[in-house]
Amino acid sequence: MSLTTLPLLQQFVLVLAALVLFTSFVLLSQARLVSAIHAFAWQGGLAAAVTTVVAAAGGSTHLYFSALLTFALKAVLIPWMLHRLIRRLELERYVESLRWPALANMAAVVLVIFSYWLVLPMVQQELAFTRNIVAISLAVVLIGLWMMVVRQQAVAQVLGFMSMENGLFLAAVSATAGMPLVVELGVAFDVLVAMVLFGVFFFQIRQSIDSLDVDRLNRLTETAEEEAAGAEFDATPRRSQPTAARPAAMAEGE
Amino acid sequence: MSAALSLVALAVVLALASAAVSLLAARAPTVVRLYAMPLFALAGVAALGGGLGALLSGEAITATLPLGLPWLPWRVRLDALSGFFTAVIGVVSLAVGLYGPGYVRGLEKGRDSLVPLGGFSGLFLTGMLAVVLADDAFLFMVAWELMSLSSYFLVAFHHDNPANRRAAFLYLLMAHVGGLAILLGYGVLASFGDGFAFDAMRAATLSPAWASVAFALAFLGFGMKAGLVPLHAWLPEAHPVAPSHISALMSGVMLKVAVYGFVRFVFDLIGDIQWQWGVVVLAIGSLSALLGVLAALMQSDLKRLLAYSSVENLGIIFIGLGLALLFLGSGHPLPGVLAFVAALYHVLNHALFKGLLFLGAGAILHSSHERDLEQMGGLLRRMPWTGLFFLMGALSISALPPFNGFVSEWLTFQSALQAWRLDGGVLRSVVPIASAVLALTGALVAATFVKVYGVAFLGQARSRHVRRARPVPHGMRAGQGLLALLCLLLGVMPVAVIGTLNAIPEQLLGGGLPDSVAQGWLSLTLVDSANASYSAPLVAALLALIIALAVWMLRGKAVRVRRCDAWDCGFAPPDARMQYTATAFAQPIRRVLGHLFLVEEAVVPRGDGGQRHQLAIGDRAWGLFYLPVARWVEAASRRVVRLQSGNVRVYLGWTLATLLVLLWIIS
Amino acid sequence: MDHLVSASSAAALFQALLYLAAAPLLVGWIRKVKARLQNRRGPALLQPYRDLRKLLAKEVRVAHTASPLFSAAPYIVFVATWMAAATVPLVAVNLPTAAVADIIVLVGLLALARFFLALAGMDVGTAFGGMGASREMLVSSLAEPAMLMAVFTLAMTAHSTNLASVIDFQLSSDFALRPSFLFALGGLILVALAETGRIPVDNPATHLELTMIHEAMLLEYSGRHLALMEWAAQIKLVLYGALIANIFFPWGIAQSFAPAALGLGIAAIAAKLLLLGAALAVGESVLAKMRLFRAPAFLNLALLLALLGLLSHVILEVGA
Repeated sequence: MSLTTLPLLQQFVLVLAALVLFTSFVLLSQARLVSAIHAFAWQGGLAAAVTTVVAAAGGSTHLYFSALLTFALKAVLIPWMLHRLIRRLELERYVESLRWPALANMAAVVLVIFSYWLVLPMVQQELAFTRNIVAISLAVVLIGLWMMVVRQQAVAQVLGFMSMENGLFLAAVSATAGMPLVVELGVAFDVLVAMVLFGVFFFQIRQSIDSLDVDRLNRLTETAEEEAAGAEFDATPRRSQPTAARPAAMAEGE
Repeated sequence: MSAALSLVALAVVLALASAAVSLLAARAPTVVRLYAMPLFALAGVAALGGGLGALLSGEAITATLPLGLPWLPWRVRLDALSGFFTAVIGVVSLAVGLYGPGYVRGLEKGRDSLVPLGGFSGLFLTGMLAVVLADDAFLFMVAWELMSLSSYFLVAFHHDNPANRRAAFLYLLMAHVGGLAILLGYGVLASFGDGFAFDAMRAATLSPAWASVAFALAFLGFGMKAGLVPLHAWLPEAHPVAPSHISALMSGVMLKVAVYGFVRFVFDLIGDIQWQWGVVVLAIGSLSALLGVLAALMQSDLKRLLAYSSVENLGIIFIGLGLALLFLGSGHPLPGVLAFVAALYHVLNHALFKGLLFLGAGAILHSSHERDLEQMGGLLRRMPWTGLFFLMGALSISALPPFNGFVSEWLTFQSALQAWRLDGGVLRSVVPIASAVLALTGALVAATFVKVYGVAFLGQARSRHVRRARPVPHGMRAGQGLLALLCLLLGVMPVAVIGTLNAIPEQLLGGGLPDSVAQGWLSLTLVDSANASYSAPLVAALLALIIALAVWMLRGKAVRVRRCDAWDCGFAPPDARMQYTATAFAQPIRRVLGHLFLVEEAVVPRGDGGQRHQLAIGDRAWGLFYLPVARWVEAASRRVVRLQSGNVRVYLGWTLATLLVLLWIIS
Repeated sequence: MDHLVSASSAAALFQALLYLAAAPLLVGWIRKVKARLQNRRGPALLQPYRDLRKLLAKEVRVAHTASPLFSAAPYIVFVATWMAAATVPLVAVNLPTAAVADIIVLVGLLALARFFLALAGMDVGTAFGGMGASREMLVSSLAEPAMLMAVFTLAMTAHSTNLASVIDFQLSSDFALRPSFLFALGGLILVALAETGRIPVDNPATHLELTMIHEAMLLEYSGRHLALMEWAAQIKLVLYGALIANIFFPWGIAQSFAPAALGLGIAAIAAKLLLLGAALAVGESVLAKMRLFRAPAFLNLALLLALLGLLSHVILEVGA
């Protein structure tokens, strides 16, 4: 058993990393936007906690700063901004259920195994106790991207994007015990700016197509063929018409 | 020739005699009932005895028949593996032979002549026995085709109904596509092994790539016959339309012959196992198990439901075989053998309980002429023995202790839990997922059979002819009773069974399960009792004892039992139409997991102002797999049809050209 | 040696009887705490015993349409549940019962009980009974795999499906924070709530027709049949409580059959169960019952947790 040989602090890191992965799954399958934002905040908080514990275990002081920065940004500021955003967009009660939630989850499980498989050769070189976390971080990144694929709602997609960033951050912390502080500040700033820009875009998108359903961005192309191609995504033509109409009704604050 | 082989040969002779006697049924239909079926049962007894003898003796007996081609005489071999499958064939045939006369009696007044029924039943049994005995590819393929063809005629027995004819044709088509794949697989082995005899194939050394090709062909061919997803769609069409005792043979035994073929081909003839095959088999097996049981859950035709459940059980068997391949291929013989034994145990179990359930469905059909669950109800009080036996079958198939299905499920889980021995981290995480699928399958099977039993046997009768159902004759009861008893026995005495089954891996894979029986007959263990153990006799005995004790203690109070109307929360006394139907029972699960199928559900207004609930459940395999192939074949044949000009001289021209080409090739 | 065997058998028997005896008490405790949380005094702690005694003495009414299975089912359900419980170490570990039936058999016995419970619901042929049976099978068919996955996580870690050796493994190995156990614990708690018919999935206190699952199957039962069914449900609750308490927090369980150790074991399990019961009561007071079709999402979460437990065991704990 390799786990029992690790010091307790390092085991704690593993537990926290596993919880980060769990929040990724929660994000993926959470139908209510508000709850998804909460899950995202938890994920940010956990990522900050991982950083703190890694700092404590490895004794690198600059990681404390990045932990603080992560916490302030990912667990407090961005969730708060998103919250405000959806309040202003009147999306508090928005519920978007995935069509096949179990399949989406299974696919995410497959992604976890896949990223484990990718990382195995690296793990075998024996970097540090955190080596196993690299697999988890990669899985968090991939699930974030997967979330952007399966979700129709633009805010949910932003959450997916942000959680990808969480995964990258986790990878950086676990694989190399953190990036230089300058880089981290830069990344944090980028994320913040991205968030502001997303906010601006949301209002723009909604003004032009009355919805934040990204599937409906298809309409911005001029030909009707494209739209037919979009409708083909649904299995049967019978169902395609309601799907076009339904999210609009929901976005209006059903 | 040893006694065991002589007994099996006797079984073949008796089966042929049963077929021959049936020819007289054109004159006197009673011949089938009075002579053919008893001969069939005797053939079953002989096969059972011979197979068990071979299994217990643990040595391989070979013989050469004075038949076949001049340079390729037919060779037969009876080793532990074929002995086991012979015994499986024998025991179900015996039960069917006991059950058959009563069931056939109901068909005597029908329009269909009984000659094909009796005749092809005998040939069917002959074919199956010959497949497991064959020791060269030639005899194997001949016997295989005999089995497929004779069962085709049995599927087509009720040929008045166009749907049955279509099902039979589909069955024939799939059987031959599968047969072609198997033939090609043998071709690969034969080309490396210099000859069609199995001995030569065993001795052959294949390059890994060619071994994989042979494996793929065998898996395609035998998997098609075994009804694995996505090639299963013919099975639920074909099996239910045959007469019920034949359905029992087809689902209970013929699918096992396909498993036999796969095991013989992959574990024995190819020999050098690669673990990647295990992953493929495991994935397909898991898919079959899950989709099979979900489809079964949504059916309301009893026999069709049972046929889908066969897909599921074959999936479980292939999960076991996949695990065995995985472990053996990566150099872990002990868990590999464990998984292998689990698969074989499930082969036996499924033969018994699926045979039993099909016989039970046949008994219902016989006495109430009903296959639709929605019309049944309250049959337990009208047919108590059939009800009891069916309940035992349902408990067995739902993998509940202390019945036999549980033992094989326990073994499969235990072998999956040996995944920590594997080296690859990914494999270690894939195997538990397969066991999750198995667990989900097991729970859904229980839901399915609660539905079947609750709707068919409990509650009140939903139609007049079911209300008039009468108990079936003794012979039919005896056939079911035999299988039900065996289900219980195999569940209570797993150690003895595994001790016997051990001969197969010892002969085939060079090692058995030394520790599983080390604790004596009382307790089934893997390595030692601190790791895992299941003492089936104790569990069964304690269950029975404490139940008896509880009944005795509480009855002792002499409190009255009063019969009254059902309470039902104080609503009007419930009538038969207020009961939950089979469709209603499955509705929640249909809503949660039904996406995997094409479920069309609607409430449409009826002419008289009422409403009508419509439900159609389609199998996605048709749209995803069969129809594209069918379209492709059609397009290809449309090209070929241009050759058909209708002019005789053009045909003769083609003949001449073919002749010239052939002459050129052989010169 | 002989002496040891008889001592352990006696301890096993004692423990099995303790399950019988303690089951109503736990239910009484949960009801009491719940009542207190709602500012009621609530029934006495011993009320469930009185209910059982009353039911056992009462006349049994059986519907005209019922088959013999209806009268047989309570006995089977009761005994199967009780036997399942007897295999879970309650006060002492290393009992012979663990070798008779491992954790897969435990799940199997519970499934046997559920099978007959659902059949009994359908037997009389009322709409409610069928409804309850159908819903119960929906819940269980999602909960059972989650439960098996959760216990497989433990089994893979301890390389054993024998409950006693899983607990021994926990006690003997050094304390370690295992993410897999955390997930397994979460999954198992959700499964336990669903399987014992507690609040987010089912409401044990309601007889409101459209919301009930477990009660719907028992509607037609009366007298000693009902007593047995109720008792079985109470035993099942203790079973899950003991499973969670003793697998994940095994400290205090008796490892020998000395009276002092056994006494400590009893005290430890009593404390753990009281704590779990109180937590359950708090949870039930805070949460609302879900709609039936939200239940699959709840159970999917359980399955996901269990699966993540297995994966994190493989990825994080074993190493390559």
